[in-house]
Amino acid sequence: MPATYEPIATTTLSGTASAISFSSISNTYTDLRLILVPVMTAAANLYLRFNSDTGTNYSYTYVYGDGAAAGSGRLTSFSRIQPYVGLSTTPTLVEIDIFSYAGSTNKSVLMRQSRDLNGSGSTNSLVGLWRNTTAITTVNLDLSTSTFASGTTATLYGIKSA
Amino acid sequence: MANTYTLIASNTLSSSAASVTFSAIPNTFTDLVLKMSTRDTATTVIDRATRISFNSAGGTPYSQTELQGDGASATSQRVSFQATNIEFGRSTAASATSNTFANIELYIPNYAGSTNKPFSSFSVAETNGTTARIRAVALLFSNTNVISSLTLTADTAFIADSSFFLYGIKNS
Repeated sequence: MPATYEPIATTTLSGTASAISFSSISNTYTDLRLILVPVMTAAANLYLRFNSDTGTNYSYTYVYGDGAAAGSGRLTSFSRIQPYVGLSTTPTLVEIDIFSYAGSTNKSVLMRQSRDLNGSGSTNSLVGLWRNTTAITTVNLDLSTSTFASGTTATLYGIKSA
Repeated sequence: MANTYTLIASNTLSSSAASVTFSAIPNTFTDLVLKMSTRDTATTVIDRATRISFNSAGGTPYSQTELQGDGASATSQRVSFQATNIEFGRSTAASATSNTFANIELYIPNYAGSTNKPFSSFSVAETNGTTARIRAVALLFSNTNVISSLTLTADTAFIADSSFFLYGIKNS
């Protein structure tokens, strides 16, 4: 059976880092999936961008629950897709699916954040859009403040439809 | 390049069972994915809790934060310091439309690592009825041991044809 779910690159931090990026992504897959297991020494927002584009070409709609309340919101013409990544010395989980990343249409994203800390935390799901028709060759993960701590892992997978 | 998304084991029930266990899970993968299609034998309700435990761990290592929508409203709730096992989704039950099963996916990263284990669950139980639930759950297994077995427990019992597929993913 041909391989249809392949690791492209993986990073395990041995020290702190203010950003993680995957560059030179080949266009040979259909979709991308990024699994981020962050360890954070302070609360921050995760900034997801593509091809280092900092223009206001992003939008997203999210739904969240924090153990007490549920809510939903939207940001349009924004400079990044920005889920909250709270303080956590315990690893949490962020799953990011990027569809038809090498196609010639705008790029859609599905993201889920699972951050339970045994007494606090949240779960967030969002759909995002990058209004750009060029192929994604770089995925940028930056933080609003703070750094990714040692032990943070990030793996980018490529998924082929055939 | 080798395929890195591999079926470890599966179980499609030929008769009802109160629980399903996957044991002797090899530690050679990076992450685990569990896909389930389940229905519970519980009567008079449309769905029932489905629970998970790891390694028969003692203490109170389980917690979760849950977001649920039922077609009318969205709510969130939390369970902390849970012993024995933890609810991560709900299986359809006897009062739900016949022959409909809940679909649930669990993602467990770094299951063989030496840190506490965060994981996620996403479940749906659409029945073309008056109420159905969609759930996204953040979970934590506060235990640093390698996960070598997991048990899925029904409220009453999983009915025949409930199915369970455990996959391993390698990052290299």
